[in-house]
Amino acid sequence: MAKREQICLEARGLTKVFGFGRNKTVAVDHVDLTLYEGEVVSIVGESGSGKTTLAKILLGLINETEGEVYFQGQKRDIRSYRQKQEYWKNIQAIFQDPFSSYNIFNKIDSVLLDCIHMRGGRRLPYEKKVELMAEACRFVNLKFEELTNKYPFELSGGQMQRLMIARIFLLKPRILVADEPTSMIDACSRATILDMLMQLRNEIGMTVIFITHDIGLAYYVSDTVYIMERGRFVESGSADKVILTPSHPYTKRLISDVPKIYEEWDLSTV
Amino acid sequence: MKHTLRQVFRSGKFLFGFSIFVSLVLIVLIYPLLVPDDPLRILGQGTFFPPGIYVNTYDSINTSTKYTLNLPNADVRRLESKLSQEDRLAMREWLIAAGIAESEIDIENTSSLLALWNSNYDPKKSIPGMTNARRNYFIRLNNSLKGLTMAGDLVVASKNAESGGLEDLGVVKDTDYVNISEVANVRLLLLGTDNFGRDMLTELVTATRVSLQIGFVAGLIATLIGLTLGLLAGYVGGIVDDIIMFFTNLFTVIPSFVLLILISYSLGQEQRGAFTVATVIGFTSWVWTTRAVRAQVVSLRNRDHVNLSKLSGHSIAHIIIHDILPYIASYVVMALILQISSGILAEAGLSILGLGPKTTEVPTLGLIMRWAMIYQAHIQGNWWAYLPVLVTIALITFSMNLMNTGLDQVFNPALRD
Repeated sequence: MAKREQICLEARGLTKVFGFGRNKTVAVDHVDLTLYEGEVVSIVGESGSGKTTLAKILLGLINETEGEVYFQGQKRDIRSYRQKQEYWKNIQAIFQDPFSSYNIFNKIDSVLLDCIHMRGGRRLPYEKKVELMAEACRFVNLKFEELTNKYPFELSGGQMQRLMIARIFLLKPRILVADEPTSMIDACSRATILDMLMQLRNEIGMTVIFITHDIGLAYYVSDTVYIMERGRFVESGSADKVILTPSHPYTKRLISDVPKIYEEWDLSTV
Repeated sequence: MKHTLRQVFRSGKFLFGFSIFVSLVLIVLIYPLLVPDDPLRILGQGTFFPPGIYVNTYDSINTSTKYTLNLPNADVRRLESKLSQEDRLAMREWLIAAGIAESEIDIENTSSLLALWNSNYDPKKSIPGMTNARRNYFIRLNNSLKGLTMAGDLVVASKNAESGGLEDLGVVKDTDYVNISEVANVRLLLLGTDNFGRDMLTELVTATRVSLQIGFVAGLIATLIGLTLGLLAGYVGGIVDDIIMFFTNLFTVIPSFVLLILISYSLGQEQRGAFTVATVIGFTSWVWTTRAVRAQVVSLRNRDHVNLSKLSGHSIAHIIIHDILPYIASYVVMALILQISSGILAEAGLSILGLGPKTTEVPTLGLIMRWAMIYQAHIQGNWWAYLPVLVTIALITFSMNLMNTGLDQVFNPALRD
């Protein structure tokens, strides 16, 4: 699926250190990462391996201690907040916990309206905005008429995560960082949400960084897999290569921790 | 929002505190409509008139319709009210010195005491060891007792302008009564008067109003400063955080009350209006709000909903107002309530030291206590000059702390019992 033509995002020697002295923790340790346009990349590791920190650095939500990030061939410069706002037009995220991702004081309409405004649709007539929002909701199997004037916490976890995908549908970013988007969702909704995500990717051709602890899931969705242990990438390569012929013991352990991998996902279809 | 409010008003503690506070505020608002007196008007000549109903003597004698009532024990009561405990003790002292057995003297029984005194007292009798002054005191006491037991009517007379003689106007019998509602001038002084002879209750109500205003202004100023600095330090972080926290820690170390005293002193008595004092209190008590708000904001700053708001293209100001402020609003309200009550206490503390608002414009709870203290109301036993003020201050701070605890339990479910 990967075209392997144009590099979309590149990280060189990315390091993040929390604290100092005795309490020093190296969350991300000299990580190199290359993302090609339109590719789906999985970063797999157990909790505490630094996946989320890496995702937040790539998103520009926290600053790296060392290293550089190149976005579409140019060195990323997001020191000022205005530059960050510009950068965030290209990169978006879906967070792990849908229940804490929304501001509980804002209604659902305002979440979606923000996206339209960010895409430069501030001056559109209201009917047009409603049309756009309804279209986005339809894409994720939600009914916009039922969501207006509701608060996010009135929805179920799966609905909230689908609303998150509707956001991405409206924003159409170049890169999407999906930080364990299905880990808080029950198993039935999980496949639906993943399918929606993949369908959306095919439609708008964005690059996806998929962060998960579930190596089976990573195999299901991704072209390239990076295995992360204690802040470092221990193994990387195409999904087939890494998962079917793992070389690093940590990868082997991760795979053996998911015994149902061959039952749950039919490999022949991927 | 509606749900939270409903929850807040279901909390027993909050409701109790709130009802005390609201009734205080209602009294403060309604009382001036019923009694539109100037609270600083001096009514009485003299200090600390005790609480009671004051009936004009002149008017009650001149009231045309007099009622005759034959009440039992009227004479005894009359005697008892005029013979003070001090006089009774003095009488016993003389009687014992004159050789009467102590068991025979019952100072509570007025009539038997008087009978004993009249049969035994002899001004010429010299008692060893008694000073001349003391002897004269007993002679005076005896004379006053004679007037006391004198039966008969009082004659009210006026001087004739031409002849210079006295003319009878009327006779007041010991069975004459007036109906208090027919007397022209009656004044109810529920809490008596203060040292300047002002109506204590009117003064207290006005003082409560002014003190609440001072508390609100001080609390609002402190909370606004604390909120702004706390939000800036917590959200912006970095060098801004360092600078703000440097000054905050500096002010934490210096006791704010000392600072308050120094500022109030340097302002001078003439410059200190009630609102100047409130402002000074506000500007010296923002420290804890700043620290608390900063701590809350730091923990909120990296939450996912803030990240999502950033990713949705919002400015820092928008994020602070829409994504941070609503989450700490309950906390800020609680801090505000505490700041108001501590502002009222700070004003009282300053006023007792003589550094409160100037005394000529408005009364405050602290100023009333200061006057009561200077005129030694607590030593003379004039409880009405300071006790109601103490109770009012205690009620205000109690109700506010109770509201705070109630809110705390609603917003921090872990604290519920």
